[in-house]
Amino acid sequence: MNATKLSSRHLLGLQGMPKEDIQLILETAKSFKEILNRPIKKVPTLQGKTIANLFFENSTRTRISFELAERRLSADVVNFSVTGSSVGKGETLKDTARNIEAMKIDTVVIRHSAAGTPQFLTKIIQANIINAGDGCHEHPTQALLDIYTLQEKFPSLKNLRVCIVGDILHSRVARSNIFGLQTMGAKVSVCGPATLIPRELEKLGIEIFHHIDDVIPNVDVLNVLRIQLERQSGGFFPSVREYHTFFGVTKERLEKAHTPITILHPGPINRDVELSADVADGSHSLILEQVTNGVAVRMAVLYLLGVE
Amino acid sequence: MPTILLHSGRFIDPSTHTDSIVDILIVNGIIEKIQPNIPQQKNYQIINLKNKIIAPGFMDMHVHFREPGFEHKETITSGTLSAAYGGFTSACCMPNTNPAIDDEAIAQFIQTQAKKANNGIVDVYPIGAVTKKREGKELAPIAELVQAGVIGLSDDGAPVSNANIMRRALEYSTMYNIPLIQHCEDQTLAHNGVMNEGKISTELGLPGIPGIAEEVMIARDLLLTEYTKAKYHVAHISTANAVQLVREGKKKGIHVTSEVTPHHFVLTDEIVRSFETNTKMNPPLRTQKDVDAMKEGLRDGTIDVIATDHAPHSLDEKEVDYLQAPFGIVGLETAIGLSITELVEPKILSMMQLVEKFSTNPRKIVGKSIIIKEGEKANFTFIDPTVEWKVNTEQFKSKSKNSPFNGKILKGKAIGIFNNNQLLQY
Repeated sequence: MNATKLSSRHLLGLQGMPKEDIQLILETAKSFKEILNRPIKKVPTLQGKTIANLFFENSTRTRISFELAERRLSADVVNFSVTGSSVGKGETLKDTARNIEAMKIDTVVIRHSAAGTPQFLTKIIQANIINAGDGCHEHPTQALLDIYTLQEKFPSLKNLRVCIVGDILHSRVARSNIFGLQTMGAKVSVCGPATLIPRELEKLGIEIFHHIDDVIPNVDVLNVLRIQLERQSGGFFPSVREYHTFFGVTKERLEKAHTPITILHPGPINRDVELSADVADGSHSLILEQVTNGVAVRMAVLYLLGVE
Repeated sequence: MPTILLHSGRFIDPSTHTDSIVDILIVNGIIEKIQPNIPQQKNYQIINLKNKIIAPGFMDMHVHFREPGFEHKETITSGTLSAAYGGFTSACCMPNTNPAIDDEAIAQFIQTQAKKANNGIVDVYPIGAVTKKREGKELAPIAELVQAGVIGLSDDGAPVSNANIMRRALEYSTMYNIPLIQHCEDQTLAHNGVMNEGKISTELGLPGIPGIAEEVMIARDLLLTEYTKAKYHVAHISTANAVQLVREGKKKGIHVTSEVTPHHFVLTDEIVRSFETNTKMNPPLRTQKDVDAMKEGLRDGTIDVIATDHAPHSLDEKEVDYLQAPFGIVGLETAIGLSITELVEPKILSMMQLVEKFSTNPRKIVGKSIIIKEGEKANFTFIDPTVEWKVNTEQFKSKSKNSPFNGKILKGKAIGIFNNNQLLQY
């Protein structure tokens, strides 16, 4: 009954992705994680395949994670990063993509500041497209690695109570987590300032909280998002200090829970803003596990999309 | 032009409540006779309009012909041809050209170009800027613009945000009895939005333009219009609450009129899920509730006019990511088909009401009413109300093909126009 092939040749997002596809990626990631624990971490699976990493937005860890995953599968890798003022010109993207395609690329991993860019690429080039984060839309591999990390810890995701804390409005991590976790049967809520909760989110079946202390006694997992400091100047909240005081996840707050709460964070952490240092480094934090799992999950995705 | 006999058409004229099968004889562009069964003579060019509709020439009171300044998107020649093939004998063009229509010379230039274009079959009336360079700071030379043929005022995509400038503009416009046409959008609320704010924008992570951005400005402008006793026209209305505000304004006796585009009564923001940039327009596509309110507003008369907001953009400009893409779609060649399919077929509007929304009302609002009777100029749109056809943007006469309706099957279309002693059949 287990599927062996994904239902799409692209990974654009987790919205609408069948549960079987998510399960297949998670199972495949498990075997790749075993490989990562061997002395020799390289397999010849994608030998002869060429993967282009198109990063139109600054990223260190996601790019490195993808690149490691690609190299460990023995793919040929080219990196294309555009930063600064030339980012965002649509013509450049179209031309860049077509040029890269002309060099016979099999898979394109793209990160871009505009939502929908991976979808756009599927219309103009033939390669498999993997979304490494598009604007505030989706970041599917991040959510998949979050789900993978939770699955390692919890016997089942069904009815697992996960609250995503912080800037939901601008977060692609939040959206992909919401879609993926809901498909897996988890109970997803969010907590953040009212200005950073997107309109009509409740219509997706999400419970919304504005007081972190109301959330903590009733969840199993907090997925704490990075708060971008420029949101303060954007008028979304009055100050970082106020944010930390009212939404910061601290040891003191977590101690009010009856059972320990598992902590996830997509990184990079603003220590003592959204997460206090002792929680980030604490025994219930899975943050570094997430990073390790990220490579395995990305290997799984690249493998499943890259092998005909 | 030879003498033309329009034979056996269903003539619908809301201004005289006429709906009857007649023949119309046109000599040198003037209506010689309107009566059933005019005897045919050898030298007549006979146009058989059996089972077709003859309507007073349609007007699109909201188009962007892009000339001067953006001729790669559209010119007055290509724009008027698109209008003619869409069934319009006249169009009012918005002033967001470069330079803007904020002085006499530009207003005159547009009319001169229009007279040369396609033998002048489509009348083009410029809409003048409210403020110099459409910057919202100082009034444009409104009196001079009116003298040069401008029929209304608008800063269009740059709505007049300063309430005091708006007040002065409304006051000034009362001297010439012309409407102030507002693209209603509080830009501080719209911010950097690219689609309707709601469930879909939340799912897609695209910045939203909330309905209140439109409604806040309409509410303010209605108060200013009441205070100044001016004529105010809401361009491309798009939300249920906005329709309700206009409805209440009318009830209070404020001189307010409004228009809706076909895409706002046909499409919802669901279609943005495709990230297809031809679904990006301003105001954005709203929800089903809003679409229903557009139809109800058209039915009860709150919405006076159907206008296209014909906004041509080149393929290169639109073939970019959703954030970068410019707002707007072309509309002239699909408007009648969409309206018959979505409004007349489901019996939301009668054919008489449809003609009112496309001809009688817009013409009245901009002071260009026409009278269809013997001795008057012949100015007609011919419609086949039942023909089924498939939209093919490649066949558009417009220079630009940016339409979300490509491939859609529609019922009803214009089959020709007559204006300025010119006949065009297609």
